[in-house]
Amino acid sequence: MQVSKTFKRIIYLELAIPVALLIIGIYHGLMQTVYRAGVLHQTSFLKLDYYQGLTLHGVINALVLTTFFAVAFGHATMAFYFKKEPNKKLMWLSFWLMLTGVLLAAATMLMGKASVLYTFYPPLKAHPLFYLGAALLIVGSWVPLFDWVRMYNAWKKEHPETKTPLAVLGTLINFIIWFMCTLAVAYEVLVLLIPWSMGWTKTVNVNLARTLFWFFGHALVYFWLLPAYIMFYTILPKVAGGKLYSDLAGRIALFLFLIFSIPVGVHHQYSDPTITRGVKFFHGLLTYGVAIPSFITAFTIAASLEYAGRKRGAKGLFGWMAKLPYLNKDKFLFGYFICGLILFIFGGVTGIINSSYSLNNVIHNTAWLPGHFHMTVAGPVFLGIVGMSLYLYARMSGKKIFMPSVNAIIPYLWMIGMLIFSFGMSWGGLRGEPRRTNLGISYLNPESAQFRPDWVPTTTIALLGGVIMFLAGMLFVVVFFGTIFKKKTEEGQLDIPVAEAFHDEKRVPLFDRFKPWLAAMIVIILLAYIPALINVNKNSGPGAPRYNIDNPMPLENKTETVKP
Amino acid sequence: MKIDKFEKRVLIITLSVIGLFIFSLLYAKNKYQTDLPECLPYNKVYTEPKINKIDSTTYQVFSVASMWQFEPGEIYVPVGSEVDFYLTSKDVVHGFNIAQKNVNMMAVYGSINKTTVKFDKPGVYDIVCHEYCGVGHQNMRAQVIVNYPTAK
Repeated sequence: MQVSKTFKRIIYLELAIPVALLIIGIYHGLMQTVYRAGVLHQTSFLKLDYYQGLTLHGVINALVLTTFFAVAFGHATMAFYFKKEPNKKLMWLSFWLMLTGVLLAAATMLMGKASVLYTFYPPLKAHPLFYLGAALLIVGSWVPLFDWVRMYNAWKKEHPETKTPLAVLGTLINFIIWFMCTLAVAYEVLVLLIPWSMGWTKTVNVNLARTLFWFFGHALVYFWLLPAYIMFYTILPKVAGGKLYSDLAGRIALFLFLIFSIPVGVHHQYSDPTITRGVKFFHGLLTYGVAIPSFITAFTIAASLEYAGRKRGAKGLFGWMAKLPYLNKDKFLFGYFICGLILFIFGGVTGIINSSYSLNNVIHNTAWLPGHFHMTVAGPVFLGIVGMSLYLYARMSGKKIFMPSVNAIIPYLWMIGMLIFSFGMSWGGLRGEPRRTNLGISYLNPESAQFRPDWVPTTTIALLGGVIMFLAGMLFVVVFFGTIFKKKTEEGQLDIPVAEAFHDEKRVPLFDRFKPWLAAMIVIILLAYIPALINVNKNSGPGAPRYNIDNPMPLENKTETVKP
Repeated sequence: MKIDKFEKRVLIITLSVIGLFIFSLLYAKNKYQTDLPECLPYNKVYTEPKINKIDSTTYQVFSVASMWQFEPGEIYVPVGSEVDFYLTSKDVVHGFNIAQKNVNMMAVYGSINKTTVKFDKPGVYDIVCHEYCGVGHQNMRAQVIVNYPTAK
């Protein structure tokens, strides 16, 4: 469909800004593996500190790229399926709020005033503008939801008996999850952290802050993942040359994500004090619940791909696997999707291990964890995001892809790098290698008393993977900006492939309305989180003052230094 | 509502797999006594680093994490000791990982974490801080030295 210039401009900005920032984000990813493998025995390189780089890596790749893309892809999906553009003023408002937030956070991180990593656990104190930046990014990403709900209601009034398009349903569900879970982190940031970092309140309850963060933190990973799921359900089968195996399965999976995404956060706090084992076990069980929609998706997508392969003339049980358009330059999205899915098999399995209650003791906060989540967020999520960003941009601008053959192999290069990297990290984690640690100074420094020779092979493997991924990432940046600088060759339009359903079930009213699911979602959240918060409240002692990253003495509170 | 027979099978398999996982968890919890850290209400007593010998093979360690050390930094116990670790933090969040024994706790200001470990084999067990705690994080380590056949 044809779209307005303003719409295009906003989408281009929301796609291109995070891809430009990825240069910094991915560079710091590479640097982590370099320090960790003991190639560098120093605290900083090129004037950027290890932990500063780690903060930039996490914030840019996991928060900025994902949030900007989710908003841009949401706008594109709504406009495409409803044949109507969202409100321009609100689109701009959302964009400027997010961009201001990113600039504030980026400035504080680059000045070295916010090296607190993307989880920003107190009582390590960041610059107040870092917290404000995070809050603005989040609030900016709320704005579109309200406009999309308005569009949805208007459409529903005209089509009361038509199934809501699956992609629209997924987008709305994703942003409802996002809105609900970010309420907790908005509270953490605005009520607890900003006044405390300014010195207006003396102390902060660290356990409460951590619990609120993880109320948000696990749902966050579904906010990353659902745009990729929407692509797998509604775009991938078409690109593969087949059909979506079941439309209803997609709806069921999405609604299950709606109710199970948030009330599982305590599985990130299995090793924390103040929360009882009973509450932790309950969250563990609910986490298994959230595995169900992923199992459903694994089956449905595999069945859709098998259908596509057989349509192309495949025979036998596994013949369809050989008949898919792996390296087809014109269908490059397929490569990005399939590589993401292959990584996600390992990401999913390791995720189930992490959530398995006492099994978590083996791997919590070790290198295993980044090994796991790089196969989710830097697997299907990252590949889906960058592949789709390139696709949307090229179609909307009417430009041809720059270096199409290179583009077709990027996802495979990335996948190979990631598999090597994650293998090294997971293995290292099982040997007790900590995550988030500048190993090069101590544990991977032969001159240190802390030297651990048993971590040399694992960190070296991770380094190899990191180098390959860095190459793939930079090639993508070249392809993306190369495409931007190309000349327009055809009329640009908003075009998203739409997969038909093989089993196109009749509309089931239960799976086409939000209210019962929202009610279930809220009930389960209350059941899971009221006991957790009561625990935290009951078992926590005094709150903590502020600490800078380089000093064991707390900062004096401004209110105390006022002269009598 | 008619369900496709393959989808039905896949749902049954999914639920069985999850059921198997839950069963295994509970089974391992009982058979091998693996569990998550215990949750204690805050008590100031535990904020002073200390090693208490209860009897020849039972010890209490009040471990206090701070930027960037654990106190006590070296813990000597005889082979076969059962050690209760009580953990807290004097400042920011720290981690407490004895990888060889699958001990995994967070040290958080204003709260007490607890776990029990049995050291059956002699050796030096690294306690590694595995949560970022500021510029000295990578130097933060302590050791449990299990070497005496009988109590010291």
